[in-house]
Amino acid sequence: MLGSGLLVFREVLEAALIVSIVAAATRGVVGRGRWIGAGIGAGVLGAIIVAFFAGAIAQAVSGIGQELFNASVLLAAVLMIAWHAIWMASHGRELATQMKSVGAQVTGGNRPLSALLIVVAIAILREGSEVVLFLYGQSAGGSSAVDLIGGICIGVIGGSAVGLALYFGLLRIPMRYFFSATNWLLLLLAAGLASQAASFLIQADVLPALGNRIWDSSFLLSDTSWIGKALHTLIGYEAHPAGMQILFYLVTAALIAFGMRMLGGGGAKPPQRPVNAHLAH
Amino acid sequence: MLRRTLFAVVAMSALAAQAAVPEFHLVVQDHKFQPTEIQVPAGQKFKLIVENKDASPEEFESAELNREKVVVGNGTIDIYLGPLEPGKYGFFGDFHQDTAQGAVIAK
Ligand SMILES: [Cu+2]
Repeated sequence: MLGSGLLVFREVLEAALIVSIVAAATRGVVGRGRWIGAGIGAGVLGAIIVAFFAGAIAQAVSGIGQELFNASVLLAAVLMIAWHAIWMASHGRELATQMKSVGAQVTGGNRPLSALLIVVAIAILREGSEVVLFLYGQSAGGSSAVDLIGGICIGVIGGSAVGLALYFGLLRIPMRYFFSATNWLLLLLAAGLASQAASFLIQADVLPALGNRIWDSSFLLSDTSWIGKALHTLIGYEAHPAGMQILFYLVTAALIAFGMRMLGGGGAKPPQRPVNAHLAH
Repeated sequence: MLRRTLFAVVAMSALAAQAAVPEFHLVVQDHKFQPTEIQVPAGQKFKLIVENKDASPEEFESAELNREKVVVGNGTIDIYLGPLEPGKYGFFGDFHQDTAQGAVIAK
């Protein structure tokens, strides 16, 4: 039970870290609970479907279907985060001001919440499909239902608890820095996902590696340690990245930062005037 | 149209790469890798073919090699690797880490 609990925990943790950043970034938005809930539901459903078709996906496109699928899904998440982060950069100031009145909620209708719903769904789908495949294998291998259900419970509760801890930690950031902080987190998250996508495209031999190990920092922080894994998920840490991964990381980070700066006009500054007139955005 | 062309380019480049690189075989059976150590030439690209003879799925994973790929029960996958510096690179079966362990040795 502990063994399966650990694997489920690891995968749930990866998804929960992403969901908690998304939940923090949409703080104060009316109806976000429903959006995030819908994203989780869609992700779980997607995970089951992907696990069911895992064999067919792997065989597709002369054997590199799995890599192309993973890379596409990751790059879709990158696009959605970029869109949201750039939008938030241009509206974050207003949001922060609105939220100054304690407990207030932001009522804008057209902010791209749907983009982050897709990011939540993708995070759950990716990690969840591994869990489904693993549990399917365990049950086929004769593990008892008690073991499996126990493992799921340990993993889901443990992983969600760490995600919640991160979420409440983020909420402690002072309001005037809050949205720029969550925006930077989203930027690093997107860059890390882009680097992972590059890794899958290298694995499929679609892209050149441009150097298999540009550096090796595994003596400082190993990929397999818990902190290394958490940082891998949150900001894309790699102990020995390929050159192409670094390129994807830097280009993604630069493009999003550029978009935030161009369209945002510096969202971190405190507001200089009342913003009631901006509620219509 | 564009998508179809891209698809063809990707498929063709994959086929071209397949023809060029040496292949090495790895079997998963009873949640263990056979052989547990594979000798490969250093400084050269190669392909690892992993055949899963178990009925349950497994995931070939290696932090050292930056690789992660699911192989379904009774399925086979290809993994492109290298060129590697001389050395030993560990890998494991993510779904059965206690038994499924192995290493690529580049010389
Ligand atoms: Cu994983």
